[in-house]
Amino acid sequence: MKIYVPMDSAATALGADEVAEVLAREIAARGIDAQIIRNGTRGMIWLEPLVEIDRGDGRIGYGPVTPADVPAILDGSAESLGRVEEIPFFANQTRLTFARCGVIDPLDLDDYAAHGGLAGLTRAIAMSSAEIVQEVADSGLRGRGGAGFPTGIKWKTVAEAAADQKYIVCNADEGDSGTFADRMIMEGDPFTLIEGMAIAGLGVGATRGYVYLRSEYPDAIRVMRAAVKIARQRGMLGADVLGSGRAFDMEIRQGAGAYVCGEETSLLNSLEGKRGVVRAKPPLPALEGFLGKPTVVNNVISLATVPVIFEKGAKHYADFGLGRSRGTVTLQIAGNVKHGGLYETAFGLTLGEVVNGIGGGTATGRPVKAVQVGGPLGAYMPVSKFDTPVGYEEFDKNGGLIGHAGLVVFDDSADMLQMARFAMEFCAVESCGKCTPCRIGAVRGVETIDRIAAGDPGAADLLTDLCETMKDGSLCALGGFTPFPVMSALTQFPDDFACQKEAAE
Amino acid sequence: MLDRAQAPSTEEIREVVMPLAGLEGPLLPMLHALQDTYGLIPEGAVPVLADLLNLGRAEVHGVISFYHDFRDHPTGRHVLKICRAEACQSMGGNALAAATLKKLGVDWHGTTADGAVTVEPIYCLGLCACAPAAMLDGRVVGRLDEDRMGKLLAEVRA
Repeated sequence: MKIYVPMDSAATALGADEVAEVLAREIAARGIDAQIIRNGTRGMIWLEPLVEIDRGDGRIGYGPVTPADVPAILDGSAESLGRVEEIPFFANQTRLTFARCGVIDPLDLDDYAAHGGLAGLTRAIAMSSAEIVQEVADSGLRGRGGAGFPTGIKWKTVAEAAADQKYIVCNADEGDSGTFADRMIMEGDPFTLIEGMAIAGLGVGATRGYVYLRSEYPDAIRVMRAAVKIARQRGMLGADVLGSGRAFDMEIRQGAGAYVCGEETSLLNSLEGKRGVVRAKPPLPALEGFLGKPTVVNNVISLATVPVIFEKGAKHYADFGLGRSRGTVTLQIAGNVKHGGLYETAFGLTLGEVVNGIGGGTATGRPVKAVQVGGPLGAYMPVSKFDTPVGYEEFDKNGGLIGHAGLVVFDDSADMLQMARFAMEFCAVESCGKCTPCRIGAVRGVETIDRIAAGDPGAADLLTDLCETMKDGSLCALGGFTPFPVMSALTQFPDDFACQKEAAE
Repeated sequence: MLDRAQAPSTEEIREVVMPLAGLEGPLLPMLHALQDTYGLIPEGAVPVLADLLNLGRAEVHGVISFYHDFRDHPTGRHVLKICRAEACQSMGGNALAAATLKKLGVDWHGTTADGAVTVEPIYCLGLCACAPAAMLDGRVVGRLDEDRMGKLLAEVRA
């Protein structure tokens, strides 16, 4: 008998370690022949801790499990969720990037290989650099970190740059609220990220890689470091990657609690040991990146998706999707939502289908008021925009952005003026200070929203003007996109900004 | 963690950071190593790092002060980081944080009078589908309410 108990931090945050301990004790006491495997999460966070028992006829799920439930589960008398793969939330997904997450032991390289791992890297080794880059371009993969820039074009730029040293840098500074896909894949299937980085290295001619991983994710840091060590021992990394005669090795670097370091140029400065201040572009990091050398900077999900593209072929991947948004999107359904978790699917579902259909509406049972899509720099989408399909261009047309595809649901108790104020306050706290519209503008933004709250009739126009300046005049997305949540709150939820004013009049 | 009462010597600081000198971009790993060892960045580290990495002291100080993680003063025996980001707010995180601070009689970044716990804000632990969330000394906790928070606090003050 095999028993799976996730070690993902969402599961441990809900008591998975305690459940695993009691399970181990009970198994020993009863003399049962059973093995406990600490897997990643399946992504159905409302069911965590989700315990799965395989008695030889499929994996039967139980959840959320408390230590007190353990005896009944082992007796077979507890009510089960049935086969985990048949739970609709899971069964209806198209899992490409996350195919192994929650299925395998994250640190078992043989288990990884038995589930399709290393097939992509093996295929890439037999390809030329140009063929590798072309395969990524043909897949239509776009940067999953938020900007949606075509990955193939970025790789081509680095591949064609001449330099004695090039780098692959993985941006694992997943600081956006509502996003956890990076954390989930690093904790649940770390070898897929390593494999993706190795393929990127072969494609562009880089022999060294770094994962810049935020310090807020201690569990992911631990798992990634252990995985890199195993990969090196087993010849997946090092001087002779899988016997190819070509070298690629990598390190995990810990961030230090600065949100702005999720921006690629400040990330590079931070990696070099400097203040995480934004660099002006050009030069592009693809030409002058880490230590001034040509550098691919890609998000975790972008790189973790590369192996499956090479395993199944670019066309297989590109056949999913909508318009210029090819492949799958890893939706992270979060906040005040009944069925929160990670949902990987082809681009094209509407926002309403995701929030009400898949997410099941709010956790509190109250009506949905707003959904913030794309993190703290994403717009608050009102229910009236629920027919917007999930796609880069489609969201752009509706005044929003997908970003890293995190969705934070709010019920009708949310005060949108306070949410706008928080967006400005967050920008003020996290601004790197390099450019004035962001550094000063965010502070003035908080003050101006306070004036609106106090009933100042001219303050809303001033806020609009300030947001224009921040949008046009900031160097990076922190100052440039903070106006998205602020202005969407102001224009889509005017009642929250008007009541105080009317009371004052 | 070593005894915080005594400031480490130059030799001791060098001993902690020297194994990292061969890295590309070694300053952040060195600062993390120092903080892991001493619980803070010792004042004496600035000239040592400046000398070792051929940087100005102001540059080293500038890096330390830029990042929220690095401290020049000790924390309480435990550190409770409460998430303040949007997903946690949507599940009542603000009220929970306010109640916790009130109960402990501290403001953000404050340490309780008995030295048991320091409360820090954190912006997202990636536990957005089981909000509100917090982290106690590196251990994550989700779906918090006042009752569960009370249990955590009892743990640190025991």
